[in-house]
Amino acid sequence: MSRGIKQITSEAIVIFKDNIDTDILIPKNYLKTTKRTGFEKALFAPWRYDSQGKPIADFPLNMPENQGKKILIAGENFGCGSSREHAAWALQDFGIDIVIAGSYSPIFYMNYINNLKLPVVLGRTEREALIEADLPITVDLEAKTVSAGNLEYTFEIERDYRNKLIKGLDNIEEILIYEDLIEAYEAEYAK
Amino acid sequence: MKTLFDKIWDKHKIVSEDDKDLLYVDLHLIHEVTSPQAFEGLRLNNRKLRRPDLTFATMDHNTPTIPEHRENVSDPLSREQLCSLEENCREFGVKLFDMSSENNGIVHMIGPELGLSIPGKTIVCGDSHTATHGAMGAIAFGIGTSEVENVFATQCIWQTKPKNLGVKVTGKSSANVFAKDIILKLIADNGVAFGTGYAIEFFGEAIEALNVEERLSLCNMSIEAGAKFGLIKPDQKTLDYIEGRPYAPQGDDFEQYKKDIEDLFTDSEQAYDKIITLDISDLKPQISYGTNPAMTVSLDQPFPQIETTEDTRAYQYMGLEPGMTAAQIPVEFVFIGSCTNGRINDLRIVAEIMQDQVIADNITCVIVPGSMQVLKQAEAEGLVDIFKEAGCEMRYPGCSYCLAMNEDRVEPGVHCASTSNRNFEGRQGEGSRTHLMSPYMAAKTAINGRIVDE
Ligand code: SF4
Repeated sequence: MSRGIKQITSEAIVIFKDNIDTDILIPKNYLKTTKRTGFEKALFAPWRYDSQGKPIADFPLNMPENQGKKILIAGENFGCGSSREHAAWALQDFGIDIVIAGSYSPIFYMNYINNLKLPVVLGRTEREALIEADLPITVDLEAKTVSAGNLEYTFEIERDYRNKLIKGLDNIEEILIYEDLIEAYEAEYAK
Repeated sequence: MKTLFDKIWDKHKIVSEDDKDLLYVDLHLIHEVTSPQAFEGLRLNNRKLRRPDLTFATMDHNTPTIPEHRENVSDPLSREQLCSLEENCREFGVKLFDMSSENNGIVHMIGPELGLSIPGKTIVCGDSHTATHGAMGAIAFGIGTSEVENVFATQCIWQTKPKNLGVKVTGKSSANVFAKDIILKLIADNGVAFGTGYAIEFFGEAIEALNVEERLSLCNMSIEAGAKFGLIKPDQKTLDYIEGRPYAPQGDDFEQYKKDIEDLFTDSEQAYDKIITLDISDLKPQISYGTNPAMTVSLDQPFPQIETTEDTRAYQYMGLEPGMTAAQIPVEFVFIGSCTNGRINDLRIVAEIMQDQVIADNITCVIVPGSMQVLKQAEAEGLVDIFKEAGCEMRYPGCSYCLAMNEDRVEPGVHCASTSNRNFEGRQGEGSRTHLMSPYMAAKTAINGRIVDE
C-alpha cells in the first residue's frame, strides 16, 4: 500500500482563524503518553470541549456531518507555538490529511510533511471562495491544484517535499535510498 | 584548512544532498522521556533497530533520588515511561543501565564515564544538552523524537553543517573561578543566542588548563549559548581520562586508536568563521539573578536596570529589584548536581569547603550525584560522610531538581542556589527561583546562609 498523496477529494472542515497554535491543536496535558497515536480526541481540545469536558455541539470537529472529512481550511500562521510533533500526530489521528492555510510555522510545516501530510498554502480570497462554494474539494499534488466546482487554484510546494509526499517516502526510506553507501561505510569504519 | 569540527564531520559524511549531509552516527544514547514514540514508530512500521550495539539507554529524568522510592515509582506517568523504556530495550536488544545498575546515571554523565563518548565520534541523543560529550573531542548534538527514530532505523541522520565559532579563552583564573563561571560569563557578555547556527570550539590556554570534567561542564552549556554543538580538542588529559574505561578501546586497540585521532585539532585559527575571546585573569565567580542564563552578574555587580519587558517580568518572577546585589538574595535551598556539575570533581570541591563545617540554619542543601559511579566514588573517598555531617541530604543519581520532573521540587517562591544549567521560570518546580552558579559558590552559600564567593 502506498502512503503517498497524489490526489485527494473531500469536503472541508472550516476553522477559519489565524494563529492556531500548537497548544490549541493539542494542549500539554495530552502529551503525557508514550504513544504517538490516539490523539484524535485531543485535537483542538481547548475549543472543542466545555469546562466540564463535554463536546461543544457546534464546534466543527464535533458535528456529525464533518466526520470523515480529510481537509481542514484555516487562517494564517497555522501551527505556531511549541515544536511538539504531537500537533501533526493529532491531525493525522483525526483523519486530516490536508490543511489549507494562508501560512504555517516552519516547524509545524516540516512536522506535518514528515508525517506524510500535505500543508497547502492558499491566499485569503481563494480560501474564502472555497468556503463560500461549500463543495467537495480536490487537491491534486501532481498538478499542484486545488479545485471545487468551477474554481481552480494552483499552489506552490518545494519540489523535494512534493516528491516525498507523492512517493510516500518517509524520512527513514529517504535515508535508506543510500543503503549501499551506509553498508559500505559500516564495513569500513563501524563493524 | 579545517577545524576539529570539520574533520570529524567529513569523516562521517555518507553523502550530500543540496545543503544537507547524511552523517553516520557512532553512538546513540537514549533515555525514557524522548524515546518511547520513536520505538513505537519502529513497531508500527515493522522496522528493526539497525545497530543495537551502538545504542545505550539510561533512566534519569523521572528517577526518584530517594533510594526507597526507586523500588516502586509512585507517579504513574513516570512509572509508565520507565517501564516502557525497559520493555523497549528488551524487545530491541538495547543495553539499558536501569535504576539498579551500578552504571546508572544522567545520560550526559554516563557517556564519558563508561568510555562510550570518546574523541572523534559522532554522538546523538534526544536531549538538548548532548553537546556535553563534545568536551571529549567529539561531535555531539541533541535531536528530536522523529530523528531518534531515524537513527534507530538507519544509524544515520541528515544535518545541515553549521558554521565554526572559535571561543578563545585566555589567562589564568583565580582559585574560586571554574568552568561554570567561564560559560556563564560568555553568555552574560554575548547573549543567549551567540552560538546559534554555529558549532562552538572552545580553545586557548585557559581551556587546556581545565581538567576533563570541567571541560564537560563547559560544553554542557553550549545550548544555553544557542549552539547545538560545543567541543574541545582532545589532548593527553582526554586520553588519560578514557584509558581503561569499560567501553573505550583497550590494549593494542587503544594504541591504534591514539594514532587514529592524532589529527583531531583545528589547523589554524583562520579556519573558524568567527572568533570571540574571553580573558579570565580578572574573572570573578558568576551568578544568575534572572530567568535566562544571560541575566548573570558577579557578587560585586548590582543587578542592572530594567530595559525590556522581559527584564520586568524576570525581576517580578524572581522577587528581586535592579540595584540589589546577589548577597541580598534570601536563599533557602542549595542544589548540587545535574549533568553540568554532578561529577566527582564537583563533589570534591564541595567537600573541601564543607569539611568540619555545618550548613546554615536557613538552608536546605541536597546533593544529587550525577551517576551511580560518582556516588560510589564519593562514598569511597569519605565525601558522603562529610556532606552528611555538614547537614546535607545525600541522594541517589538522576536529573532531580534540575528539571523537577520526578518528585524533587523547589517550593514556589524559594530561591535556590543551583549548580544546574537552566534558570527558566518554573524549571525547578512551579514558582521556583533558580540562581545558577558553580559548585564552589553553592557550597560556600550553604555554609554561610547567603550567597558568597569566598
Ligand atoms: S540534568 Fe538537567 S539538563 Fe541534564 S539531562 Fe537532566 S534534565 Fe537535562
